[in-house]
Amino acid sequence: MAGTPGRRSDLYTISGALPVLIAAALFVWFLGMAPAVADGEVLRWAIPWVPSLDISISFVVDGLSLSFALLITGIGALVLLYSCAYLDGHEHFSRFMLYLTLFMLSMLGLVVADNLIVLFVFWELTTITSYLLIGFSHAAPDSRRSALQALLVTAAGGLALLAGMILLGVSAGSFELSEIRAMDEPFTEHAMYLPVLILFLLGAFTKSAQFPFHFWLPNAMAAPTPVSAYLHSATMVKGGVYLLARMHPTLGATEIWTWTLILFGGFTAVFAMVMALRQTDLKLALAYTTLMALGTLTLFLAAPVGYAITGMMTFLIVHSLYKAGMFLVVGIIDHETGTRDARLLGGLARSMPVTTLAAAVIGLSMAGLPPFVGFIGKEILYAGGLEMPGAVLVVGAALIANILLFATAFIVAFKPFWRPAGGELPKTPHEGPWPMLAGPLILAACGLAFGLIPWVIGGPLVTPGVHAVLGREGTVAELTLWHGINLPLILSLVTFAGGTAVYLRHLWLRARIAEAEARLIDFDERWDRFLDGLKAVAAWQTRILQSGYLTNYLMWIFATMSATLLVTIAARGGIDRVPEFPTLDLTHWIVVALVIAGSAVAVFSISRIAAIAGLGVVGIAVALIFVLYGAPDVAITQLLVEMLIVVLFAVAALHLPLLPKEHGVRKVHAGVALVVGGLTTALLMMASDGPIDRNLTDYFEVTSWPEAFGRNIVNVILVDFRALDTFGEIAVVVIAAIGAYALLKGAPEKEAS
Amino acid sequence: MKSIILMTAARLLLVLMLVFSIFMLLRGHNEPGGGFIGGLIGATAFIVQAVAAGAAEARRVLRVSPEALAMVGLGIALASGLFAGVVFDPPFTGQWHWVGGDSYETAAFSLNTVLVFDVGVYLVVLGSVLSLALSLEEEV
Repeated sequence: MAGTPGRRSDLYTISGALPVLIAAALFVWFLGMAPAVADGEVLRWAIPWVPSLDISISFVVDGLSLSFALLITGIGALVLLYSCAYLDGHEHFSRFMLYLTLFMLSMLGLVVADNLIVLFVFWELTTITSYLLIGFSHAAPDSRRSALQALLVTAAGGLALLAGMILLGVSAGSFELSEIRAMDEPFTEHAMYLPVLILFLLGAFTKSAQFPFHFWLPNAMAAPTPVSAYLHSATMVKGGVYLLARMHPTLGATEIWTWTLILFGGFTAVFAMVMALRQTDLKLALAYTTLMALGTLTLFLAAPVGYAITGMMTFLIVHSLYKAGMFLVVGIIDHETGTRDARLLGGLARSMPVTTLAAAVIGLSMAGLPPFVGFIGKEILYAGGLEMPGAVLVVGAALIANILLFATAFIVAFKPFWRPAGGELPKTPHEGPWPMLAGPLILAACGLAFGLIPWVIGGPLVTPGVHAVLGREGTVAELTLWHGINLPLILSLVTFAGGTAVYLRHLWLRARIAEAEARLIDFDERWDRFLDGLKAVAAWQTRILQSGYLTNYLMWIFATMSATLLVTIAARGGIDRVPEFPTLDLTHWIVVALVIAGSAVAVFSISRIAAIAGLGVVGIAVALIFVLYGAPDVAITQLLVEMLIVVLFAVAALHLPLLPKEHGVRKVHAGVALVVGGLTTALLMMASDGPIDRNLTDYFEVTSWPEAFGRNIVNVILVDFRALDTFGEIAVVVIAAIGAYALLKGAPEKEAS
Repeated sequence: MKSIILMTAARLLLVLMLVFSIFMLLRGHNEPGGGFIGGLIGATAFIVQAVAAGAAEARRVLRVSPEALAMVGLGIALASGLFAGVVFDPPFTGQWHWVGGDSYETAAFSLNTVLVFDVGVYLVVLGSVLSLALSLEEEV
């Protein structure tokens, strides 16, 4: 995508430069908070939003939020810069930058929100914006499918999370996370703890793609590479991990929390790494290593052990740095060679020296070799794992995952550059442009620098982050390259040895895993079958309930109404007393006779016009009742409406055939009609039997004149006391009219020949 | 089927009914009537015209499209409701201005948003019902 010569690069346009500058400015702004946070301060802003529901727009910056915020804005700026070159000249370049910027801001809102509802809003915003990003190449069916899959899985989890948040907010009595954390009684002893925990875990596990919800993440690779780099490193999937970390003081430290996280996290980590080794597409391999990282982070959030949480926080930063860098490198390879197939690529070191250097440095950090920050992260993970309950399980899972990660790091970061080419490349490889190289180089430099001077991230990010996750001061492991000879160091050496062995045999292993995979459950395919089933159920119930015949619709509606009324009456112990039949005088009996006569005509006539006229008689009889009881306004309206309905129906019915005499169907209809009529009559008589609450009537009678200067109470209510309601109603009238107009006028010409 | 008698009567009825509908609209605040009823009567006036001389004739007499009338009515109702914001009252609080006095008893007449709102209701009902009725007439 070199663009036409002389064309100005998209980087130097508003839609290119502005997002990069916004991200960079936010990064600097958050960096400015680092000294205060390092001193243990918690910064908080709040403005009331819906005070009556105790919802305010509140933001908190503590160690955890700040770590995430810096990763989001920092990597965000690099990814946005990278995108300017990666998608230079793309027809939807501006749209892409807009989506990516919105995604960044949503993610940022998510990690600094203090109010549960605000957090949820940002949570769903990340879902929606990621949907737009994954489906960016919307012309490709694959891309659309992946986007929809990610949306459905994460939004389903989002719904569970919403339920959990409301349950938590209502049972704890506050929607402010900081207030919930500060409560004397731990929420873990609350009766609602288990349901809340399950709902939160559903939300977090779907977002962070924990097994068995992992399948959407590798598919999300359909997005352009910068999106993958961002989605996998600092954002989106880390949302679930962030939620678990954020809720750790509130929901954590129980047996069920610990074991659920150990089992799901551990299994996801090991399973993901085995799958990563199997992939030949560099990008897919990286996608599975992201799953491994998410599993590991979940695993180490399992217990309130200071060392384990330190490991989690460090690995969070380490992973974001190498994963974003590695994805960007793969993006350069893809961009400059035209392929990501590990079997083809080779010999790129000569043509792409800068990329090779960046890849090597990032790869060493990913593999966890000293003196890179990846080594420190791995050491602390081992040290933390040894102190956790179920240490053998935790360390075992981490060890296997790290051995495979070590091998994968070499497959992705070294093999394509140094080995001889495996086949013809679609493009002649050459070095990428500077905006694309900046990201990997800076991230690689960070990986090395943080390894050599770990206190840079230790003081302002990791230590306050650990305190935030624990909800109290805890023992924080010191970040350093050399701890002396101890068990973690030995485990590291085992990792290196094991990783090297796996790397040497990885082609053989890949074939074995591919064979085994064919025999396992394909979750992706299961998902498709699930969706097909869902659609079939929807189609089936639509066929039954919405047949297209108005008669059937009405029957279903009235049958449902009768059923719910009957169930309610039965549940309340039935009708306990028969209301007294009211005494009627002659005028009332005349009205009754009119209603019965009108109904009889409507029911027994086979002419539609006669039936409609019969209904009109019923309506006029009802209007007469209003007259008898002194409600002239309602009576006039009723009369006019009845008249108009008869006219409109008559116009429409002129061209319809006579009513059919289907006796079978009409018996069912008669039954439903009788039940509805009987029930309504019974309920009305019961309702009017007791004394009527005159509170509102009295209020309007007293205030109508002095406050609203009107003597016609009905109209004063309509245009003054409840003008907002009336406005809603007339809006509905207009919408209905537009709908009818569209149906009548917008229908395709039937007579067109 | 066109009847000369009905067509001639419809023309007279149209004027009478329209005047009556406005009368009903204006008296609504203190006597039976109001925007809903007035709008329905007004719509009926044009429907009689349509039945007698056809929908096209009714549209010609109406001059503007009924959908536009409904929209304008909705806009008027909304504007009268939002006017309360000018004096920092909650939306849809009735605003009254007395002309020639300082209370309902002494003033010659009043300017108020409540009547404006009712005019909006009148137009919405008139426009919507007519839109439906005329479209149906034309369809069959």
